[in-house]
Amino acid sequence: MHLLDIQQLSISFETYDYRLRKRTMPVIQKLSLSVHAGEILAIVGASGSGKSLLAHAILGLLPDNAVLSGRLSFEGQALTPERQQQLRGKQLALIPQSVQYLDPLMRVGKQVEQAVRIGDARLERQKAFERFRLPQEAAAKYPFQLSGGMARRVLVSIAAVSGAKLLIADEPTPGLDDQVAQETLRTFQQMAKIGSTILFITHDLIAAAQIADRIAVLHSGELMEIAPASSFTGNGDALMHPYTRALWQALPQNQFMDAKGWQQ
Amino acid sequence: MKRNSLLRIFIAITLLVMPLLLAAMLSSKGLLSQLEARNVSPSWSHPFGTDWLGRDMLTRTMKGLALSIGVGTIASITSAIIAGCLGLMAATLGKTADRIITWLIDCFLSVPHLVLLLLIAFSIGGGIKGVIIAIAFTHWPSLARLLRAEILAMKSAQFVLVSKQLGKSSWWIATRHLLPHLLPQFIVGALLMFPHAILHEAALTFLGMGLSPHQPAIGIILSESMKFISAGMCWLALFPGLCLFFVVRSFDMLARSLYAFIDPNRLRH
Amino acid sequence: MKLEAKRIGKLMPNKTWLFRSIELAIHSGEVVGLQGESGCGKSSLCRIIAGMDAAAEGEVLLNGQKPSKRGYQPVQLVFQHPEHAVNPRWRAGAILTEGWQPDDLLLDTLHIDRGWLKRWPSELSGGQLQRICIARALSPQTKFLLADEMTTMLDAITQAQIWKTVLGIAEQRQMGMLVVSHDRPLLNRICNRVIDFHKLTV
Repeated sequence: MHLLDIQQLSISFETYDYRLRKRTMPVIQKLSLSVHAGEILAIVGASGSGKSLLAHAILGLLPDNAVLSGRLSFEGQALTPERQQQLRGKQLALIPQSVQYLDPLMRVGKQVEQAVRIGDARLERQKAFERFRLPQEAAAKYPFQLSGGMARRVLVSIAAVSGAKLLIADEPTPGLDDQVAQETLRTFQQMAKIGSTILFITHDLIAAAQIADRIAVLHSGELMEIAPASSFTGNGDALMHPYTRALWQALPQNQFMDAKGWQQ
Repeated sequence: MKRNSLLRIFIAITLLVMPLLLAAMLSSKGLLSQLEARNVSPSWSHPFGTDWLGRDMLTRTMKGLALSIGVGTIASITSAIIAGCLGLMAATLGKTADRIITWLIDCFLSVPHLVLLLLIAFSIGGGIKGVIIAIAFTHWPSLARLLRAEILAMKSAQFVLVSKQLGKSSWWIATRHLLPHLLPQFIVGALLMFPHAILHEAALTFLGMGLSPHQPAIGIILSESMKFISAGMCWLALFPGLCLFFVVRSFDMLARSLYAFIDPNRLRH
Repeated sequence: MKLEAKRIGKLMPNKTWLFRSIELAIHSGEVVGLQGESGCGKSSLCRIIAGMDAAAEGEVLLNGQKPSKRGYQPVQLVFQHPEHAVNPRWRAGAILTEGWQPDDLLLDTLHIDRGWLKRWPSELSGGQLQRICIARALSPQTKFLLADEMTTMLDAITQAQIWKTVLGIAEQRQMGMLVVSHDRPLLNRICNRVIDFHKLTV
């Protein structure tokens, strides 16, 4: 069964130009994809491809001037704004990009405990800390006292203890040390193993290929291709769409090809 | 959204210009005592009623508002100029100048506002001069601090560093990069001072430090009407008070709408 | 020409050294890579070498002499986030021509569409803005280009394209380059030699 179904999703923004005329800027066009329960689906695209917007649309966090069309459904039922509000933080959780999403005035242990919905809060928090290799003493600390990597693991813990079925990780790796980035990716793998479904949004194709089951490639708001991660190998011959192949081949690890026509 | 702001700006300006227009149109006859029409409650010939000397309250209120707006304007502009100069100096003339001016700002901000106002007005001897100088010298610290912070932040902005790297002079950077960013904030900050200035003028006059009783400023009107409230002549305080409220709110709305109008179009950070 | 950093040290606000005694030299025509993790100080070092920041210790020499602070600087720096490196209140055209007037050939080589020039920075993508920032820094007077994680925020295709173009220009003009990045495969691809930041501070 598909956990999340997106049908013909189009998002555009209404803006005013300097002469106060209303203009509509389309950002995502007729996007359709589905997320299977228990998988890690990576959404890869450049900045401006609309991938973060997709995450916000699923969670119902789009700005006021966004115009939406198409259908979103979760567990077979339509995802209306009311349902999104109900499910946010409960069945649908966001692992945000920036560690500044943590409340700077609350100890991290308490922040994790507040997110627990089933079971004893303290116990769940302890289990989460163990799972993500956070020392139990860290619970008494404030976010600014933690290193970047630890703060990130707290964010993941918060999402994990909420028992959410679908976790959306928004650009979790840019700017991170290799080591911390690898750790972050490992924690996602761990979470998928215990049954969570993860939507992993990134522009780092290598990271995506490392942990995802399938990779959806976005370019200028359109879905180019969804391919199994195993297709991203060698010359990328197993990839069907020329854009996906060009993206793979452009990596410095590969041919570092500067394919014409697809640049931003 | 922007049309909204534009509309609000329009409404605000209208509300502010109205008292001025009315004040100009209404003859001064209404200010004269007409003892036969004392304490008349609001009616067709006297929409705001008359006071204990038979003076038409509408005329008094409008002329009073006009005067208050005038005094408030002069005081605010003076204050804004002081804030602009000191803020700029603090941010650009080096550490010592900065320390002195910051210390000055802190001094002024640490004294209770009204106390300082009274002291200054009192030592100058009250009257219009006292009110204007008192208000001008107590409202600049916040705006100066804001400007200083903005200029300091911009000095280390990446695009300013790039500009210098490309060979541009400090003057060029100041006029092409800093000024366009600061001007909207400065204008809005200055506009927001108006309501304060007007209210403080009213307060000072109310407390006896401001304008003389013969000049019908809002403060006087309100102050004198206090005596008559218990006698049931609430219109003496109600209408002038309401009008003052609207004027202050209009300035506020003007400032906020102006900011909303100018800024979101350009900045989408 | 030679750009040298001699015994450079930078103090942090809490009075400890971020780094000390850094020695680095780049020659015309060379592409030198500098790899380091985030927070190690490589961006600060870039700024000091470009002359945008003052070092607590040491000096930067261009051909053995202290570079003049006035006028167009022969050492240019391109930052990681183009949206911070441009004035959001200026149009793209004004940003592009702030330092010099780029010719059509350069704009075409960098795939800068003329239609972008009328737009505001908020209306352009990261890749588009970064190309403009690069063109802005590539006046014929630029002898050394420092690229501080210049393509980190861009997708792989745009990254490959920009590097191919910039390296072509650098070779043509015999411009020296310092490429700062955490991406080792990228540095291995494009640099003549790669330095590890933490080995610099021995």
